[in-house]
Amino acid sequence: MTPRLHVVEAGPGCTIQDAGRHGYLRFGVTPAGPMDWMSHRLANRAVRNPPGGGCIEAGPGGIVLRAEFAPVALGIAAPGFAVARDGSPVPACGRITLGPGQTLAVLPGRDGVWAYLAAAGGFDLVADLGSVSTDVRSSLGPFGGRALRPGFRLRCRQRAGAFAPDCAAAAPDIRRTFIRFVPGPQAESVTEEGLASFCSSPYAVAPRSDRMAWRLAGPRLAHRRGHDIVSDGIALGAIQVPGDGLPLVLMADRQPTGGYPKIGTVIRADLPALAQTRTGRTVRFRAVEIDEAVAALGEARGAVEQAAAALG
Amino acid sequence: MTFPRLLDAGETALVVEFGEAIDDAVSARVLALDRAFAAAPPAGVTETVPTYRSLMIHYDPLVLDRAGLVALVRARLAAGGGAEIPAARRLWRIPACYDSALAEDLGVVAAATGLTGAEVVALHSGATYRVVMYGFAPGWAYLGGLPPALGLPRRTAPRGRIPAGSLIIAGGQAIVASGAMPSGWHIIGRTPERLFARRRDPAFLVAVGDLVTFRPVDRPTHDEMAAAVAAGQVVAEAEETG
Repeated sequence: MTPRLHVVEAGPGCTIQDAGRHGYLRFGVTPAGPMDWMSHRLANRAVRNPPGGGCIEAGPGGIVLRAEFAPVALGIAAPGFAVARDGSPVPACGRITLGPGQTLAVLPGRDGVWAYLAAAGGFDLVADLGSVSTDVRSSLGPFGGRALRPGFRLRCRQRAGAFAPDCAAAAPDIRRTFIRFVPGPQAESVTEEGLASFCSSPYAVAPRSDRMAWRLAGPRLAHRRGHDIVSDGIALGAIQVPGDGLPLVLMADRQPTGGYPKIGTVIRADLPALAQTRTGRTVRFRAVEIDEAVAALGEARGAVEQAAAALG
Repeated sequence: MTFPRLLDAGETALVVEFGEAIDDAVSARVLALDRAFAAAPPAGVTETVPTYRSLMIHYDPLVLDRAGLVALVRARLAAGGGAEIPAARRLWRIPACYDSALAEDLGVVAAATGLTGAEVVALHSGATYRVVMYGFAPGWAYLGGLPPALGLPRRTAPRGRIPAGSLIIAGGQAIVASGAMPSGWHIIGRTPERLFARRRDPAFLVAVGDLVTFRPVDRPTHDEMAAAVAAGQVVAEAEETG
């Protein structure tokens, strides 16, 4: 019998995420996908799944799961969370086995916002538009596009296997002193003083931040010529400045197009650090050139593969 | 300012911008370059997203670097930007019901534009539109070609969820709303058709670049068609005009 994971408790914002719903941006479809792509990828690689496989993404309140019918091997990347199996701590990053009837609690710890769990072989889920990512706003993805609730059951694809020893991964360091961004496409839409203060002032992650946008609290940025532009495309990590002058960073559940100016784009390698920053904590931004962003992306992908390879 | 401009949206997206305003000529150039990429998608380009003013090219810089992508864009622009590749040019006749119960803001729009309700309907249903982009939510089609007489700003207070199929206008633009979502635009009618249905093949009926007209239907016809659509049928008619 194939194992199942029974959701016992779920904080807000627990969903299923693969690498995202790609190929449909041109039809207005939100891409979804993980908030922290490095941890998502590590959870998958820890159990030798494809890097973009469907995972449980637990939100800041964590999640409690119980295995049913058979043992299930899980890849886990929950940086900063407190993870325990039947009450005993297990590694927050690495590979663990959950026996039938055993409970895994991924609970808020000293740090972190998003935690990832991959089942070896993947979860047995039906894709919408080629992806199993949950998009709550558009009701796309498993469970009718709803967030995970207690009582939901996830069938795992793997066959019943033997227990394997737990194995901790040396998680790649996603922390950053500065969140780097590439200026543009409308960096000139705010005043020079505005752009300068964005780079020199700390910004706190504001309440009401969610999978669509990380809202920032700090100095307001003044627009040069109003805040409405004719709609254009929105990239992952776009730093948008709406009418109130408070920037927000558009994340996984962003709309693919929009009509506010975007002064820059957070580089891929630093998005995990931003996404894992809790409400109320501050970040600082620094402008960089494309070359630095590309090099950092290569290093970030390499760091994840290295951490997974070390698990054997 | 000279167009097209190449703008970076981070290290994984390049914006080719042909203008800053809503303009048919700008849109035509965007759609032509989009066709050029669709006809021969280069390795490393993951998606292209056309909008009113620009084409956003999403790419993996570790497969295709920025310089390589820029060279491809410039070569395509030099070769005519894709204008030589004919558009599919399907013309869709989409049923539209302007019954007052389904057109909450028809009276307000008439009052604001100095037209009668019947004139607003005649203008909206008499025009031929081009789908210039999708945005906001799956299957929300943004149409170019709204008669200027129907140009008026958004409502001061946005509504909660407007019904799926709403035909809405604001800011000189027209939209066919696919799913129920909040909106501050004016509702002047409703189509029983769904431009997006996730379990239907194809899930999306109308491509960017296609032409659209609205065929007025009365309320009983609308309701019959809505039932047919709910049962999985397509009630809009398409004609190849290529």
